[in-house]
Amino acid sequence: MSNRRLLFLSRRQVIRGLLATGAFGVTARLGTACSTPSATGAAGGAGAGTVNLGFVYVGPKDDYGYNQAHAEGAAGMSKQLPWATVVEEASVPETTAVEETMLNMINQDGIAALFPTSFGYFDPYILKVAKENPEVQFFHCGGLYKEGVTPNNVGSYYGYIDEAQYIAGIVAAHTSKTGKLGFIAAKPIPQVLRNINSFTLGARSVKPSLTTQVVFTGEWSLPVKEAESANSLADQGIDVLTCHVDSPKVVIETAEKRGIFSSGYHANQATLAAKGYLTGAEWNWVKIYSDYAEQIRAGKTLINGGIPHLVRGGLKEGFCKLSDYGPAVSAEAKNAAEAAKAQFLDGSLVIYKGALQDNTGKPVLAAGKEYQQNDLALEEMGWLVDGVIGSTSS
Amino acid sequence: MISRRNWRATLEPVCIPVAALLVSLVLFGLFCALAGANPLAVYAAIYKAAFGSWFSFQNTLIRAAPLMLSSLCTALPALLGLVIIGNEGALVIGALASIIVGLPLVPVASPLVVLMAMALAGIVGGGLWIMAVGALRYYRAVNETISSLLMNYIAIALLNHLVGGPIRDPSSLNKPSSFPLPDAFLLGDIPGTRVHYGLIYGLIACAIAYFLMRHTTFGFAVRTVGGNIRAARIAGLPVGKLTLIICFLAGSCAGLAGMVEVAAVHGRVSASLNANYGYSSILVAFIARQNPLAAVLVSILLGGILASGGILQRSLQLPDATVLVFQGLVFLVVLYSESLYGRLAIFKPQPNKEKSDGNGSPRLVGSAAGNHGGNAAG
Repeated sequence: MSNRRLLFLSRRQVIRGLLATGAFGVTARLGTACSTPSATGAAGGAGAGTVNLGFVYVGPKDDYGYNQAHAEGAAGMSKQLPWATVVEEASVPETTAVEETMLNMINQDGIAALFPTSFGYFDPYILKVAKENPEVQFFHCGGLYKEGVTPNNVGSYYGYIDEAQYIAGIVAAHTSKTGKLGFIAAKPIPQVLRNINSFTLGARSVKPSLTTQVVFTGEWSLPVKEAESANSLADQGIDVLTCHVDSPKVVIETAEKRGIFSSGYHANQATLAAKGYLTGAEWNWVKIYSDYAEQIRAGKTLINGGIPHLVRGGLKEGFCKLSDYGPAVSAEAKNAAEAAKAQFLDGSLVIYKGALQDNTGKPVLAAGKEYQQNDLALEEMGWLVDGVIGSTSS
Repeated sequence: MISRRNWRATLEPVCIPVAALLVSLVLFGLFCALAGANPLAVYAAIYKAAFGSWFSFQNTLIRAAPLMLSSLCTALPALLGLVIIGNEGALVIGALASIIVGLPLVPVASPLVVLMAMALAGIVGGGLWIMAVGALRYYRAVNETISSLLMNYIAIALLNHLVGGPIRDPSSLNKPSSFPLPDAFLLGDIPGTRVHYGLIYGLIACAIAYFLMRHTTFGFAVRTVGGNIRAARIAGLPVGKLTLIICFLAGSCAGLAGMVEVAAVHGRVSASLNANYGYSSILVAFIARQNPLAAVLVSILLGGILASGGILQRSLQLPDATVLVFQGLVFLVVLYSESLYGRLAIFKPQPNKEKSDGNGSPRLVGSAAGNHGGNAAG
C-alpha cells in the first residue's frame, strides 16, 4: 500500500518538479537577458562625456563616521556634477577582496579613477593593482605618496582636520563646567595623537587649567569598549566628550544618555545628541572629490602631471569643516570659535607654537619655534601635550 | 560505491545540503524582492560575478583559498565529536609565528628556505594553539567550543599587542605592522592567474585530510571515538592522544592559512589579518558536513557568494550587508536541514526493491522534489 501511494505522489511531484524547473530556467534566462543590456548601457554611457568614479569603503556607508563622511562626499559630488557617475562598494576588508573590487571596477564598470578610501588599502593592494593598470588613476586618502617610490598613477590626499578639533576644543572649554574633557581614541598613532593634542591646545588656549583625559580602546571599531570608556569618563566628572574612532555613534549616544556634552568627529552626529552636541570636526570630501572630478573631466591626470600627486589642506582649503553649533553653545563660545576659524582661514593661526612640553614634562618644541601644518614632524608625532592625562603606551 | 542497495543512503547527504542551498536561495530572493531588487536579476548577477567568466571565477578562487585550509580546523575535530571554532585564532597565531620565524631568516637564507620555515612555523604555531583547546577539553573538561571561541580573542589581542610594540616596524606610522617581507620572499601567484598558491595548499590539505580520515586506521580510530567515546575507551583506543593529535592537525591547517595570508597577500603582519576568514570557514565546514572533499566545493561556492557581494552593490544598489544576509540565511537553513537526516522516509532503505528500471528514474526526481518541499515547509 505504502509503496503505491509513494509511487502516485512521486509522479505528481515529477510533473510539479519539471514545471518548476522549466519555469525557473525560462525566467532565469529572461533575467540574464534583462540584466545584460543594462550593464552594457552603463558602459556605453561612459563614452558620452561622463566620468565614472569608483569609491571603495572599508565599512558601511551609514556608520556616522569615517565611511559615511566619504560616502557623503561621493554622493554630494555626483549631485553637484550630473556628468559624474559614482560606482561604490562598502564593507570591503583590507585583504585581496579590495584588489578584486578594484579590478572589477576597472574591468566591468570602466571607471576613470578609483578612490579606495581606507588607510590600509594602500600597501600592498593599491600599489599592486596600480602597477598592473598604469592607465587608471588611484587616489588614496592618507597622504602616503612618496615621490619616486609610489607608481606615477597613484596620488594621495589628506586633510588637517586637527584645525577643526582645535576649534572644537575652544567650544568645549567654554562649555565645560568641571574643567575636565574626555577623548576616546582608537590607537596611539600620529594621526590620532595630533587630534588629541590639537583639541587640548584649543581648549587650553581658553582655560590653561583644563585637562583632557584620554582612553585608547586599541581598535578602530570596538563599540562595547567605547561605551564603557564613555561611561567611566562620565563617572570621573568629565563633562565634554569627543573621540577619534571609526564610528563615533556609540560615544555620542552614551554622552547624551549620561547628560554630558559631546563633540563629534568624521561626520555630523547632531541627530544622535539633540541636547548635548556642541560641534564637531567633520571632513568635507564633497569639495575635494568635485575638484578631482572636474580635473579628470578636463583631461588632466596624475600621469600627465595635470593633477598633483599630493593634495593636503585644512579649513582654508575646504578639506574639513565644523558641525553647526548645538543649542548648548553660548554666544561667547561661538564668537571665540568663529574668531579662531577666521584666523585659520587667513593663515595667521599656528596650533603648534613653542614653548611646548609633553605631559611627562619633556620639552617637544623650543620657545619661539613653531610647526606649520605641513611640517613632517607633526606626522611623526609620538607624544601627548601637557594637559592630556594618559600615555601613548597604554 | 553507489550500489543499488544503498543509493538512498548515498543520496541523502547530497540532496539535503543541495536542497538547503536552494531553499536559502529562494528565501534570499524574497529578501531581495523586499529590498526592491528583482530576485532573478540578483541570481543572474551572483552567477555572473562568481562563475560567469574566467576573470570572475579567479575572484571566487582567491576568496575560496583561505577558506579551504581554515575550514579543516572545524571539520577535523568534528569527526572526533568536538565542535571547535577557533579557526580565526589559529590563523592569526600561524601568521604571527610565520613572520616571527621568517623575518630573522631573510638576510641569511634563500627565499625557498625562508618560505619553508615560515610554513613550518605557521603549522606548528596554529597546531599548538588548537592543541591547547584539545588539552583543556581532555584533561580539564573545559567546553572546547567556548574555549576555542575565547582563544580567538586572545590571539587577536596578542596580534595587536605584538604589531603595536615588540615586532612593530617604526616606519609604519599610522598603521602599526611588522617589518615587511622583501618582495623576493613572497609566495607568488599560480602562473597565468591572479590566484596565489594558497589554493593549491588548500586542495592538497583537503585531499590529505580526506584520505587520512576515511582510509587509514588512524581515521577509523578517530571516527570511532567520535561515534562512541565509551566504546572507544573499552576497545583500548588512546582517546587523549587522538584528541591532541587531531586538534594539532586542525590548528596546523588554519595556521598554514595564516602563513599563506602573510606570505602571499599581506607581506607583513597587521590588524588587517583579522578578516573573518576563520568565521566564514566554520560555515564551510558545517555545510560540507565535515567532509574535507566537500569542503573544497563549498569553499568555492562561498567564495563565489563573497565575490558576488560587490556586484550586488555596484549594479543593483543593494546594501553592503546583503551578502552577509545571504551567508546567514544559508547557514541557518543548513543548520536546520541537519535535523532532517534520518527523518525523511524517502532516504530510508526500502524493504522490497523495484524491479523495473522504468520506475526507478522518475522516483529519483520525485524524491528530490519531495525533499525540497519538505524543507520549504519547515
